[in-house]
Amino acid sequence: MELICPAGTPAALKAAVEAGADAVYCGFRDETNARNFPGLNFSREELRAAIALAHERGVKVLVAINTFARAGALDVWHRAVDDAVEAGADALILADVGLLDYASRRHPDQRLHVSVQAAAANPDVIRFYVEAFGARRVVLPRVLSVAEIAAIVREVDCETEVFVFGGLCVMAEGRCSLSSYVTGKSPNMQGVCSPASHVSYHEADGGTVSRLGDFTINVFAEDEPVGYPTLCKGRFRTEHGAGYIFEEPVSLDAATQLLGLHEAGVTALKIEGRQRGRAYIERVVRSFRQALDALEAGLPVETTELIAMTEGQATTVGAYRKTWR
Amino acid sequence: MQLTLGPVLFNWSPEFWRDFYFRIADEAPVETVVVGEVVCSKRSPFFLKHLPEVVDRLAAAGKKVLFGSLILVSQPRERRQTVELTEAEGVTVEINDLSCLASLAGRPHAIGPFVNTYNEATAAYFVRGGAERICLPPELSMPSVAAIAAALPDVVVEVFAFGKVPLAISARCYHARVHKLSKDNCRFVCEQDPDGLAVKTLDGADFLSVNGVQILSRACTNLLGSVHDLAGAGVRALRLSPQKCDMVEVARVFRDVLDGCRDAEDGIRALAPLYPDAPFADGFLHAIPGFALAPRLASRASRRAT
Repeated sequence: MELICPAGTPAALKAAVEAGADAVYCGFRDETNARNFPGLNFSREELRAAIALAHERGVKVLVAINTFARAGALDVWHRAVDDAVEAGADALILADVGLLDYASRRHPDQRLHVSVQAAAANPDVIRFYVEAFGARRVVLPRVLSVAEIAAIVREVDCETEVFVFGGLCVMAEGRCSLSSYVTGKSPNMQGVCSPASHVSYHEADGGTVSRLGDFTINVFAEDEPVGYPTLCKGRFRTEHGAGYIFEEPVSLDAATQLLGLHEAGVTALKIEGRQRGRAYIERVVRSFRQALDALEAGLPVETTELIAMTEGQATTVGAYRKTWR
Repeated sequence: MQLTLGPVLFNWSPEFWRDFYFRIADEAPVETVVVGEVVCSKRSPFFLKHLPEVVDRLAAAGKKVLFGSLILVSQPRERRQTVELTEAEGVTVEINDLSCLASLAGRPHAIGPFVNTYNEATAAYFVRGGAERICLPPELSMPSVAAIAAALPDVVVEVFAFGKVPLAISARCYHARVHKLSKDNCRFVCEQDPDGLAVKTLDGADFLSVNGVQILSRACTNLLGSVHDLAGAGVRALRLSPQKCDMVEVARVFRDVLDGCRDAEDGIRALAPLYPDAPFADGFLHAIPGFALAPRLASRASRRAT
């Protein structure tokens, strides 16, 4: 299985390449990608240099242009596609049907991957992307169990890529407007979720309140670690009580599922975290490189190093084992 | 400007559901009605026995009937339901997931608000495949709506104009979760909340609504104040999403404002007591947070004048 690693900066890309990535994914410094955070991402010049560096080491570069193009401003997204192709990207990761159509007609030889933001969750819709746009790979949404993934792989005529580590969307990706309901900024349109610009913390009654825009997302007791107010992972109240109504503040760690994903026929494993620093990328990539090498050699997979990387946060294997079903 | 009644998103009792549609057929001034369970595949069997009589009654009343497809299709059962829908005779499907796009290519169909039609290129792609109507995603703002409508003058471009706004869909059921049940053994607890389960912040602010695997707003979208701007931008239909309130009267108020029988301010005053449980919002259309209510241009103008 290929190891696909995130890079929010040229330094992180270099770290991922050196730590054993098979491919690195990144985006332009604008609203065309779904990690449009301040200080992150690549200029055109930086992308060209990064691709040269990666290719020297036999590592591929995948360019994510995976927001939905703004009506009346298609040229911004078209230019991103054209420039990524011109820079020598090994694949484009796209979600918008109109943009997939543009890329497949304008650049028929360019390898296209279907972004997780397209929410392609079953063989029928994957077949649509393959037949309509010649997509070569689909990044599966984080709503599927290992058995469901295996069933999809058997039925479709393209490669599959799944997330194994990092942030975890609770809702179907690319189909969530919770962030724009609260802040006016959404993953689909601006490439941000629960943006830092709208986050605030204040002390109250011996605890810490975290807020996003006008809404309280969590209240932490003094002895509790204070977490970032990602809004689907906050504590809220219904008539049945208060708590993490949607999901606990957990991140994904599917290192224990690698053998199952391998047997399911998955092509590539993806690590989330283009917003992460170089040191984090270096350690997580190296750990997964070792785990994959062990898997291929038929040795037991050691995952203790990864647990340390979750920064004290609880982890979950997500939907890969659907305990809640 | 046409009015469309969207699909019932909540788990209403089958008899209540049937009687709701009977009254819509008999009394509501809407041109189009979307039927079918789009949120949870487990609920569908309960409505099937009433579906033929509901569809007959709507059709007899001159309503155009669309059948909504499931929003999230992953289980084999869900794929089967979706395929059966596309193969049914004499049925016009409103597509809510691209799973059924290929099998409907070349046949007239509609694109629902759960498909990511964010721009004119994507809309045009769907139209080339046979889409005659497109209900845009609720989070789109006016400039995007206008750009899409302007690019596709021959298509019925529709905007989500009334009701709690769908915000997210998950593989996981939050009704089951708050009741400490598994999804497969959910006992259909979502039927206890025919208008959604209210989710408040820890400091008591109204926030969201849970509807099984779906999250909706707590606020009720109300675009009555913008209907003439929307018409001017080329929007040809407004979607009213069924809430547990008098939807016939809601439709009448929208119809009256559209026809110029009453002004928007008067219409908004008439809507408020019809659905007193939820505050109104129109933030998405005005490119501000979706829960918010944009200051009305008219009231701003009058403030300036005084």
